[in-house]
Parts: sequence; structure tokens; C-alpha cells
Amino acid sequence: MTHEMPTLDKIITALDLTLLTEPRSFSDLIPTAGYTSDLLSCVMANAAHQGIWITLQAHSNIVAVSALLDLSAVIITEGAMPDPGTIMKANQEGIVLLSTDKPSFYIAGRLWEMGLRSE
Amino acid sequence: MKNFRADLHVHTVLSPCAGIEMIPPLVVEEAAQRGIGLIAITDHNSTANIAAVQKAARSHDICVLPGMELQTREEVHVLCLFDELDQAEELQAWVDKRLPDIPNNIDFFGEQFIVDETGDFIRREERLLSTSVDASITEAWHKVDALGGLFIPAHINRMANGLMALLGLVPTDIPIEVLEISRHITLQEAEKKYPQIRGYPLIQNGDVHYLDDFLGTTEWIIEKPSIFELRKALRAQDGRSRLIHPLSSLIA
Repeated sequence: MTHEMPTLDKIITALDLTLLTEPRSFSDLIPTAGYTSDLLSCVMANAAHQGIWITLQAHSNIVAVSALLDLSAVIITEGAMPDPGTIMKANQEGIVLLSTDKPSFYIAGRLWEMGLRSE
Repeated sequence: MKNFRADLHVHTVLSPCAGIEMIPPLVVEEAAQRGIGLIAITDHNSTANIAAVQKAARSHDICVLPGMELQTREEVHVLCLFDELDQAEELQAWVDKRLPDIPNNIDFFGEQFIVDETGDFIRREERLLSTSVDASITEAWHKVDALGGLFIPAHINRMANGLMALLGLVPTDIPIEVLEISRHITLQEAEKKYPQIRGYPLIQNGDVHYLDDFLGTTEWIIEKPSIFELRKALRAQDGRSRLIHPLSSLIA
């Protein structure tokens, strides 16, 4: 790694993300990479473990896929909102769900600027 | 018990992506010629041509179930099948409130014709039907279930609007009873490619957009065509069952 990787708490603050799941300390959580897709099959096949995933899908299967890949966090874009059952499931599985009104392209661009890469 | 070769996923000229030949008399004639005794009319987000096909089918020995191919917010396509037109029309009222008001671009998407039982033009559907209804797959399931319908994720193996591509896994927050595979995959290939669908009953339909698309590979052994009987067949209860014939056996 040639550059310093941002911690999740820095990402949340810089991108003004809303935490949907239970608060906890993110100051030592460093996502390994970023990935963007709204096709969950592609995410399952291609997203990096412990990575951060940007999507506008808010269906509860995002929790199952995140748990499968042990993702650091999911950023749900364009104001899409998972239902309470999905957020509850995420809390049970220890998955971090974040929300923003911004589009996926903007979030991906900002994460890239902060030093996150695709793998 | 009776045997019905079926195609429960048939579009008409109301679906912008369907051929102009998909008018009621030709739809029922083609199905009859192929020995298909049970069809469901499932236009995209609309039920407006079902009654016309049902009327056209009176002169044939074919049962026409009312249905709709609904597109959820996740862009998943789902067949919603009913016994009575009233139920489908109740779903239509629900869908109408949630379908975005985007005018159809005929040059790009195609015509959306509402026709009578002879295929004569009545009017155009002005709203674009090939788009997502603002409801999640979970909300859609609850609505269809409350109306007594059968909810079947469509062509789950297809990249475009298929459940496996979009959601990766079969949702477990709703009790999915059956999954549809398209003509592009066999039953065995589907089970091998998607271990996550193990235990879910599968059916195959033609997703008929042109007369040549009729398949009739799924055979239902039921007392009569009804949602109740189809459900029993999916659970292999009381002597009811279903089987999927290989496509090759029909071509030969």
C-alpha cells in the first residue's frame, strides 16, 4: 500500500453519511477496498472482503451478502432506505449500514480521493 | 386428475417488447395448436388485455389465468397469478398508484396496445409499462398474498430483471413458494448453477413475447386450473404434481 488508507469514522465524517445501524467505534476500522454495484450477484462474486460497498439497493439481501463477504460497511445511496427489519438484521449480523442522498458516483469519487482503491 | 401443458408467462401487444402478432385470437390459437391447455396473461405492470384473451379463449379448450408481470423497486420481475380478473384488477389499482408517470417513447420501447377479443385496437396505454413500480419485492408479495394470488419470481436465471442477478439469494423475509426459470437453462443446469435455490420448486415458462416463444414444457397434474390446485401441485399434495419436460423432447 503506497498511500494511507482512511478509517471508517473519517469516511463517515467526510462524506456526511448517516449511520443506520447501532453506533460503535469505527476509528480502527480500515476498509480494504471499495466496490460499486447494484447487482448482488456481482457483489458476491467480486467485492473485496472487509471492503466497503456502495449501492442503491436497500433490499434486506444486502445484509446477507455483506455478512458473506465480511464487508466493513455498506453505503446506501440516493436516499434509498432499508426497512426496519433489514436494519435489525444488520445489527444482529454486525453489518454497518450507512445512508446518503448523494449518488453512487459521487460517493465512489470521494472515497477514491480519500485514498480508497478498488482492490 | 387432468394433465395441463402450461405456459404461465404470456405477453400481449400491451407489453412494449412483445410482437404485434400477440393479439388475443392468435395467442389462444397458437397455444391450442401446441397442446397447451393452460396459459396466464402477464403483461408488464398491466392487466388491461386479460379479459380480451379470456373472451378469445371461449372458442378453444384453453384456460386463461389472469396475471401480471410486476417489476419491483429492486427491478425484479415477478409473475402475479390469480383465479379471477377482479383480483388482478385490484392489484392493478395498487400498481397504478405506484407506477411512475413516464410517457411511453414508442420509437424506443414499442407500442402498448389495448385491444378487444378480435385483436382490434381500442386505445394505447400512454404510461410506460416497462419500468419499476415504487414498491419493494416484500411489499409486492404482501399485496399479492392478501389478494389470494401466487407470487412467482420470473426468469430468475436472466441477467436482466432476474432474481438471482439482482438479489443474489432468494429472499427469506417472504415465503417464496416457487421460482420460474427461462428457456435458456434446463432444470438440472439451474440447480447446479444456483445452489441457493435448492428446495424451491421450479417451473419453466416461455416468457412468450412472440408466438414462436410458447414452450409448454411445464406439465401440471391437477384437478382443475386454479391457484389452489397449482399450490397443491407445487407441494406435491393429494396426487397433484408438476414436471418439467426437456425442451428437446418437444422439438422432436
